[in-house]
Amino acid sequence: MSVLQALDIGLAALVLAVAVWTIFAREAFAAVVGYVAYGLLLSIVWVRLFAVDVALTEAAIGSGVTGVLLIGAAARLREAENAAADEQPSEPQRFWASFLCVLVTLALARVVLSLPDPAPTLAPEAAQKLAGTGLGNPITAVLIAFRSFDTMLEKVVLVLAVVGVWSLAPDCYWGGAPGAPRAARPESTLAFLAQLLPPFGILIGIHIFWVGADEPGGAFQGGAILAAMWMITMMARLTEAPPVSSIWLRLALIAGPAVFLATGVAGVAMASGFFAYPAGFAKPLILFIKAFMTLSIAVTLPMLVAGPPRRLPRR
Amino acid sequence: MSLVLDTLSIMAICAGAFFFFAGTVGLLRFPDALSRLHALTKADNLGLGLVVLGLLPRTGSLLASLKLVAVWALIQLAGATAAQLIARAARRKGPAP
Repeated sequence: MSVLQALDIGLAALVLAVAVWTIFAREAFAAVVGYVAYGLLLSIVWVRLFAVDVALTEAAIGSGVTGVLLIGAAARLREAENAAADEQPSEPQRFWASFLCVLVTLALARVVLSLPDPAPTLAPEAAQKLAGTGLGNPITAVLIAFRSFDTMLEKVVLVLAVVGVWSLAPDCYWGGAPGAPRAARPESTLAFLAQLLPPFGILIGIHIFWVGADEPGGAFQGGAILAAMWMITMMARLTEAPPVSSIWLRLALIAGPAVFLATGVAGVAMASGFFAYPAGFAKPLILFIKAFMTLSIAVTLPMLVAGPPRRLPRR
Repeated sequence: MSLVLDTLSIMAICAGAFFFFAGTVGLLRFPDALSRLHALTKADNLGLGLVVLGLLPRTGSLLASLKLVAVWALIQLAGATAAQLIARAARRKGPAP
């Protein structure tokens, strides 16, 4: 057994152990911390599987943004959690819950074990057609060219998520701003980080978006880093979220899917069909779409974290 | 020359691994939150710094080396800020029962 194999087995055991620990954690906050650690370990697993793009996304979205969302949820649920801890579920209830969980686990294990080996793959065909897109990163080619319609719908789902969060607003706050207002005296430590980090973070975010055409990276990963920079300045209360009635905010939210869809429809007239790119123009068009998608992601994720409007709209 | 660089790499990475080990032992064994944080931040800045130092001769390009140093600097910044925030929260809450 080589050193790398031993490392891989150790890594897999660690991922499983953290997953089990997360399930058995009694407090919601502890479970969230376990989940974030689990996500970071999983991104190392993706690196070991040579899927750097997935690893970046897992670290940024799966661990980072989802972690922030879950910590917020855990903080809000703390009181309800304390109340629920007093009442124990009855024996049959616990039996049926565990029985159903075991059943789902067994069914999933059965499905995974019955997958054909070697797995059916379109990878050779995708690699063969890569030259036609002018891109160097096959992942980006699959996402924006070969299955562009799916990617566009994924962005629509993100917009729907923001609509869902905003619709939780009480009527009196509709049109107001989510999150806390700007602080007169922000907490010094966090404010220091929030002032120092964004220049570098914005540069790195744009860099990751730009190299995504040829190397691991792309709109989602770059957009998530840009989003993190906005989130940290809002958390340090150096800036405040714009009111949800802001037309600029709404335009930025839908810019990505809208430009994507418009380019797709234009493909009917300019190229061979819906979501087809004219030969020779594929790469500039793809970068054009991705620039707007990066913007939309960078605005959508902080709006999801900021939550529903909590302040009265300005009249 | 390459033998000297390799030896330097191995020594620096081993020293870095030692700091991570010591930091982990401290995290598990120290009695209260503030001293555990103290142990952890040493692993972050010295341990990672030494590992990065050991990897520098092996990158092969100046740009990759600069990226590694940038990663170290960013983790320094994030680690120090997080440690300050946790320490402040721990002090506000008072010593654990």
